Amino acid sequence: MSESRVAYGAPAPEANGRQRVNQPAVEVDGLVKRYGEVEAVRGISFAVEPGETFGFLGPNGAGKSTTIKILCTLAEPTSGTARVAGHDVAGDRDTVRRNIGLVFQDTTLDNYLTGEQNLRFHADLYGVPRAQFGPRMRQVLEMVNLWDRRKSDVGTYSGGMKRRLEIARGLLHAPRVLFLDEPTVGLDPQTRSSIWTYINDLKAREDITIFLTTHYMDEAENCDRIAIIDHGTIVAIDTPENLKASVGKDRVQIGTGDDASTITELKERFGIDAAVHEDLVTFNVTEGERFVPRLFAELTQPIRSVNVARPSLDDVFMSYTGRTIRDTEASATDRNRARVRAMRGRGA
Amino acid sequence: MTANPVITATSESEEGRAATEAIRVSVPRKGLRQDLRAVSIVWRRELLRFKADRLRMVSSLIQPVLFLFVLGTGLSSLASRGMPPGVDFKTFIYPGVLAMSVLFTAIFSAASIVWDREFGFLREMLVAPVSRAAIVIGKCLGGATVATCQGIVLLVLAGLAHVPYDPGLILTVVGELLLLSFTLTAFGVMMAARITQIQAFMALTQMLVMPLFFLSGALYPLSRLPAWLTVLTRIDPLTYVVAPMRTAVFGHLNLPPAAVAALSPDVTWDGWRVPVGLSVGMVAVMGLVLLGIAIAEFRKTE
Ligand SMILES: Nc1ncnc2c1ncn2[C@@H]1O[C@H](COP(=O)(O)OP(=O)(O)O)[C@@H](O)[C@H]1O
Ligand SMILES: [Mg+2]
Repeated sequence: MSESRVAYGAPAPEANGRQRVNQPAVEVDGLVKRYGEVEAVRGISFAVEPGETFGFLGPNGAGKSTTIKILCTLAEPTSGTARVAGHDVAGDRDTVRRNIGLVFQDTTLDNYLTGEQNLRFHADLYGVPRAQFGPRMRQVLEMVNLWDRRKSDVGTYSGGMKRRLEIARGLLHAPRVLFLDEPTVGLDPQTRSSIWTYINDLKAREDITIFLTTHYMDEAENCDRIAIIDHGTIVAIDTPENLKASVGKDRVQIGTGDDASTITELKERFGIDAAVHEDLVTFNVTEGERFVPRLFAELTQPIRSVNVARPSLDDVFMSYTGRTIRDTEASATDRNRARVRAMRGRGA
Repeated sequence: MTANPVITATSESEEGRAATEAIRVSVPRKGLRQDLRAVSIVWRRELLRFKADRLRMVSSLIQPVLFLFVLGTGLSSLASRGMPPGVDFKTFIYPGVLAMSVLFTAIFSAASIVWDREFGFLREMLVAPVSRAAIVIGKCLGGATVATCQGIVLLVLAGLAHVPYDPGLILTVVGELLLLSFTLTAFGVMMAARITQIQAFMALTQMLVMPLFFLSGALYPLSRLPAWLTVLTRIDPLTYVVAPMRTAVFGHLNLPPAAVAALSPDVTWDGWRVPVGLSVGMVAVMGLVLLGIAIAEFRKTE
């Protein structure tokens, strides 16, 4: 595992089929997807450059998986167009399919087959020439550290191993674009970070464009560029650094005995709009560290805790949508709880 | 470039000593060869999974064995009154029991598509650059093979039902079983395209399987039935496989023609004898039509 990495900044001119290299790897224009009443995607447009790692960041239900489904030809757009590796996803489905690798949000492995058998199945479906299968399988399995476990049934794999096997499988036929839908969802933090090591590793080794979705802010930082998506619309699109710089202000969170009066006081004394997020009074100011001493001096409400943070992607999300991603998750959980309660009520 | 897009994946070492060789992977254009390879791998997967599942193999033998040896023996003293001398009731129901075993196994195989959807694997197949027809055909062939294998296990027990081990007979019966299991799997796969929940699928198929079996003449001769039952047996597609199998078995028993006519009458439509070729042909056509519908269903996208 000590091979040095070769970055593929410049496209290799001699490589076959790479002539149209300057064309975007993914090109989406006015994409809309409606499921009956639900408008899952509401007219999004963006382009992903070849070799880029592009992230879709948004809360659950934002339309991330739906977009991926359209890009990988599993769903038809209601209107708008999308091209992947230069081919139209509606008109040239099979060419698109040959050129993409996929890791879906939910696993799509056969638990009763071994890792190797799963890969062989994939190779046959994608027509990977038999002579190339052996060495390529070894390469992708070694990349995700599963070569030793290839003869075990996938049912015996852990969640992280399954994810890694799916990444290896997605790469097996050497796609131009790899789609990863929430590649780390449901994994423990340690496994999540190891998955990212593998993703960054493969970026260095394979000449590939990566399109991924996530609702984890910290993970989106790994992307070259991200699009923030909410309710089926892209609200911002840029590099993580630029997005954070655009917010400008630091985020201050304080714990108090009386949140409501604190908020009123902040408004009256400092002209600051604050709100309660994650049980803390939260607001944004420029140069937070300098503001905190003033706060202690002038606020009549007692302060129990203070937390000042540089703008994060969460703040970017908040500045565009007025909510934090965690807020949206919490309300989703509340809704689920309410639903469960309603169902129980009906059952009783 | 209009030739196959050759996609290269390279991984090199900077020191020039290649730790990993550059591995070129070229994915071919869609074509017949590619589709055949897909049919073959989908088919092989069904066999692999069947082989791994010993419990299922044993459990799906229990029901036919109970019917053949317990019901067959228990009813034999009653049934012997209607039997010509020297013919065992077990021999009579043997073809019906073969059909039953195939019936259950084939539907169960088709259910694997519902499982595949539930566990996500179906998606892996549906996004592949092969035609959906290849995947559906592979599934149906796989299910048919697995179900026929079950039938063949029962064929080993033929001697215990006083059915001779005659190569011609065995070949005929295996051929008919294969046809039946293909049609049944195609039917199940067609249902699985629409019914996405395993409980619903199982409930619906169980609801259909029992009437199919009881109306097929698997346990009684098709002649001298009341009119309503005559009509129902003629509608049941299974009838058109059970009758030819029984004809084949009784053709190898050296019985007087009158006895054969009583126990294994040809299927008749208002007095007209349906030839074996037509019987079997109808089942084959039905299988192909169901397969066509299944393919069309799986071609649909969201
Ligand atoms: N097959 C479908 N039928 C109906 N509604 C759907 C379907 N798929 C997704 N949706 C709806 O579309 C919205 C976006 O879903 P999705 O793309 O899965 O979000 P995300 O992946 O960002 O969590 C949700 O409101 C979801 O309920
Ligand atoms: Mg999703």
